[in-house]
Amino acid sequence: MADTLQFDLVSPERSLASLAASAVLIPGAEGDMTVMPDHAPVITTLRPGVLRVESSEGTAEYVVTGGFAEIRAEATSVLAEKAIPLGEMTRAHVDEMIAEAREAHEAAKASGAPHNIVDDAAKLLADMAALGDHITV
Amino acid sequence: MPNLKDLKTRIASVKSTRKITKAMQMVAAAKLRRAQEAAEESRPYTERFNAVMAALAASVGDSEGAPKLLGGTGSDQVHLLIVMTAERGLCGGFNANIAKLAKQHAADLRARGKTVKVLTVGKKGRDAMKREWSDSFVGHVDLGAVKRVGYKDAQGIAQQVLNRFDAGEFDVATIFFSEFVNVVTQNPTARQIIPARVETDSGDAPGTVYDFEPDEEAILAELLPRGVATAIFSALLENGASEQGARMSAMDNATRNAGEMIDKLTIEFNRSRQAVITNELIEIISGAEAL
Repeated sequence: MADTLQFDLVSPERSLASLAASAVLIPGAEGDMTVMPDHAPVITTLRPGVLRVESSEGTAEYVVTGGFAEIRAEATSVLAEKAIPLGEMTRAHVDEMIAEAREAHEAAKASGAPHNIVDDAAKLLADMAALGDHITV
Repeated sequence: MPNLKDLKTRIASVKSTRKITKAMQMVAAAKLRRAQEAAEESRPYTERFNAVMAALAASVGDSEGAPKLLGGTGSDQVHLLIVMTAERGLCGGFNANIAKLAKQHAADLRARGKTVKVLTVGKKGRDAMKREWSDSFVGHVDLGAVKRVGYKDAQGIAQQVLNRFDAGEFDVATIFFSEFVNVVTQNPTARQIIPARVETDSGDAPGTVYDFEPDEEAILAELLPRGVATAIFSALLENGASEQGARMSAMDNATRNAGEMIDKLTIEFNRSRQAVITNELIEIISGAEAL
């Protein structure tokens, strides 16, 4: 059994990471999961959260929002709508993201969209706020 | 015989034109590099995205319950053409080629009795389409203030398109943009984005059976709108690179033409000058002889 898996983190604007990782913690829509080599193939959506990559070079953390992950036995790709290395993350980023989520929530409520869309927006907002609290601690 | 002074001013003016086109060419070259880099940076995302989409679409298949963005509305009566062009001119046939393709497409659809709606992105495309298709216009997206195209801009456009789709305003959406091949070649391209065309060539390891979390439908419902944004984003980037490439070669041509013109005018100037001198000499000599 191989002890590493090929990990790629890409956002539409750039490719952030491509390395051999030993474990990846992914904030999946239905809960966090840690992917290790020889994981069963899964496609999952992401919720806003912190993604942690462990490799021989140490641990790297990224804040990701929106997107999905494709997990295979020998490789894992995370396609995030927005991905920022945790070190570059500032309060301003968080505030901006929360403001965006709030706007989307208001818009969804105002447009009289079906309930699930409003709920989704509310959930996104809550996730963002939680994320903000989490990383500033 | 052209006046010497006129020729001189003419040469000076062509020279300053050449300076300008040369500067534009160099600016375009610098911008092209950046645009090309941006296009290349986004490619991994697009590729992976399409791969996952293909896997998903294969597992959901053409079942009845397939989302409309994938399976279509069951009709193809109303077509939305999204014409993406540059905000600026002076880039050779770039804008004209995209507009030409879009017009051809639109005329084709109309001839087959379909309804055509036009959404333009970029000022030049709007100007070009306005003449014949102004009554089909449904909107225009202005990117004039945007210095560097980001994913957010694409999302904005995608949102607009999706809202219209949800409101049942159209059945099929096609984007028109210019695919960047190299500096001298840009291909005007039409690509259908709604319903999504998923390449189903199962060349890569068939039979990877994925688990889906939450489930196929939920993921697909989230992915498809994103696919629209991704397609628009990659088109915007391709367009950006193509525009700079087209401008660069157009300005290169213009610079060369100006150079040729300067050479020609200089020869003409020298000949006239010589003729004037000869004339004066003849006058002086014949004047002296007459004494």
